[in-house]
Amino acid sequence: MTTSTTETLLPPTEKYTILGWIKRNLFNSIGDSILTIVAFLLTFVLLKSTLSWAFQEAEWTVIVDNLKLFMVGRYPAEELWRVWAVLYLLAGVIGFLWGAWVKGNERVGYVLIGMPIFLALLPFTMEVRLLILAVDLIGFLGVILGRRDNESFKKWSIIALLLYFPIGIMIIGGIGEGGLLPRVKPDLWGGLMLTILLAVIGIIFSFPIGVGLALGRQSDLPIITWFSVGFIELVRGVPLITILFMMDLMLPLFLPATIRIDSVMRAFVAITLFSAAYMAENVRGGLQSIPKGQYEAAHALGLSSFAAMAFIILPQALKAVIPILVSQFIGLLKDTTLVMILSLFDVLGIGKSVLGNPDYVGTSKEVYVFIAALFWVLSYGLSYASQRLETSLGVGER
Amino acid sequence: MANIEYSTEEAIPFWRDERILRILGQAVFLVVTVSFFAYLYNNMMTALEAQGMLPSFKFLTHTAGFDIGESFIEYDRSDTYGRALLVGLINTIYVSIVGIFFATILGVVLGVSRLSNNFLVAKLSSIYLEILRNIPLLVLLIFWYSGVFIALPRVKEAINWGSVYLSNRGLAIPWGIPTETWGIYTIILLFALIFALVVSWRLNIIGERTGRPPLRILWVPLSFFTVAIIGWILLPQAPLVLDKPELTGLNFSGGYVFTPEFMALFSGLVIYTAAFIGEIVRAGIMSVSKGQHEAAKALGFTTLQTLRLVVFPQAMRVIVPPLTSQYLNLTKNTSLAVAIGYPDLFAVGGTTLNQSGRAVEVITLMMGLYLLSSLITSVFMNFYNNKIKLVER
Repeated sequence: MTTSTTETLLPPTEKYTILGWIKRNLFNSIGDSILTIVAFLLTFVLLKSTLSWAFQEAEWTVIVDNLKLFMVGRYPAEELWRVWAVLYLLAGVIGFLWGAWVKGNERVGYVLIGMPIFLALLPFTMEVRLLILAVDLIGFLGVILGRRDNESFKKWSIIALLLYFPIGIMIIGGIGEGGLLPRVKPDLWGGLMLTILLAVIGIIFSFPIGVGLALGRQSDLPIITWFSVGFIELVRGVPLITILFMMDLMLPLFLPATIRIDSVMRAFVAITLFSAAYMAENVRGGLQSIPKGQYEAAHALGLSSFAAMAFIILPQALKAVIPILVSQFIGLLKDTTLVMILSLFDVLGIGKSVLGNPDYVGTSKEVYVFIAALFWVLSYGLSYASQRLETSLGVGER
Repeated sequence: MANIEYSTEEAIPFWRDERILRILGQAVFLVVTVSFFAYLYNNMMTALEAQGMLPSFKFLTHTAGFDIGESFIEYDRSDTYGRALLVGLINTIYVSIVGIFFATILGVVLGVSRLSNNFLVAKLSSIYLEILRNIPLLVLLIFWYSGVFIALPRVKEAINWGSVYLSNRGLAIPWGIPTETWGIYTIILLFALIFALVVSWRLNIIGERTGRPPLRILWVPLSFFTVAIIGWILLPQAPLVLDKPELTGLNFSGGYVFTPEFMALFSGLVIYTAAFIGEIVRAGIMSVSKGQHEAAKALGFTTLQTLRLVVFPQAMRVIVPPLTSQYLNLTKNTSLAVAIGYPDLFAVGGTTLNQSGRAVEVITLMMGLYLLSSLITSVFMNFYNNKIKLVER
């Protein structure tokens, strides 16, 4: 409000003092004050009981003794170097990507660097801690490499990322008998590694199926549309656990008796089909965000329907859905815990089997809090990093 | 340009004629998928025939022979598989409805308080949302069951407030037992409901005529309860007598006992889904432009009035579609009950499957039922969504 008085008013100081801030944000009215006091008491009670439990009552030895199981399950000990190699490769690739693409964003960088440090704080042996901290070191080397040459490295870093997944899975699964990389059957994959692999493989394989289904749903060919809609709605209408169950019991029936398929592979198939239906809906969202003008312009240039889709529409649509894919990945990561109900040894299944050991009776709180914390760090870190990065890199915008 | 002659003699070859290509493409697709599924079906039939288990739903009439922990209808182990599955289905529906109801309330509270001006309240609810949204539901449920509810003190040392007991056998609360007049009282309740609906309808008309919507959320329940209470007093004998839980031996008798399985499933589903609903509500409220808040304030509305009359009606349009999918998720997530031993549809189905060996039939039946319940929920929510949708001219 402008007034005609010439006297200059001082800025209201209460905004800038601590007391003023407290008054404004905590004790603005009577109701507000009551709320604050209740909330404060609640925080105090919760914090006190949680902290005193975590530092005084809880018996963390159950975690310390079984860390290897929690991380990789029954993966053979002499092949463990392969898991490390895959982890280091990941650090290198992410560092390289970061160096080539990201400028600024220090806070996200700290979160990413913090994740291995957090892991190293867990009660591992000193040797393992050093191996974990080496992840950060290799990440740094990647960043330095990525910073060296800007333009061509941008492209190479993406290629490295795309190649990383098949190579990583190949290193863990192995090729052929004997040799440097003997086969390690999926039945032996376990722990957090299995959880992450299920989610990663689920996302990768469901991507092409999901894109196909999304295109099918959009297409004007009735039979293909019906098929896609039917598949998508059927899968989205039932719980994941029924699909896992169905694949576990019925996949062996569907295949000829000569083909045997182990239970981890069955879970992979179920998770892929499940994820594909959700992927299709996300991609459809991306396709619908493309203005009609783009289709018309492509046709005006004489591109066939196929070429218009492949070179004009899909690249834009897929770029728009990248952020949603990250959250779908996080959702899938959490959903993979359901394979525990099929008695697979993912991180939760390991937790259950550890608790079955009479030595660790009565430690279920510790085990489940630890597992929840693992998931929390992974998915919060991922969603935090992707949210920060997508705004600064302009991913998700068209 | 004008000289170009269109040849009518030379027809387009069929492999470039889009009309033919479309039909041909679909035909090929159809043949490939149908033969693929026929192949799978054929394999399955061969395998099942070898086991002597050709699909048939006759087993549903066989005796189940297993017990179910809790049931709303009469059931014992001599009943059929069909009835056992019905018990499971009713339990699933029950948990879904109760869960949706409470998750919505908690979610709205969380969403509103996350946007509160009170720093502490806003931070607390934002921490709650960030923690709950990033851990798997199954971990939460199992933690809740085996870390909290099963770890409660034994019945003898039960925690109690008045007649409410909390122990590792669950939560025992006082419960009404119907007496002879209960039958008449249900008719009175029905009448109270009709009366409340009439009041609601009248208030709506008054609101539309005067432009001052009365507080329906207060008056409608009030009129319902007035009739209900008057009926209660007028009846010669109270329709319900209060039955308090009491310790007898190793268990409670009387009252109503919520089992630890139900408590764990219910509270896990509610606090997990509420976190997602909270985010949806927050996004919905934020989608209402700031000018609307300011205008309401300028008109002298209180915070609660602003929310109820200005913000929520507009936010609902953004909230309802994602809320629908959260409701569907909750319904589907009740199937995780199997991990903590609550007898929902999936758990009963699993037992049925193990006992009868009828994998194909049981899985088909379960998937069909879940699909049906998802469809019903989305039809209902779509109906609601159409009702509150912005009417564009």
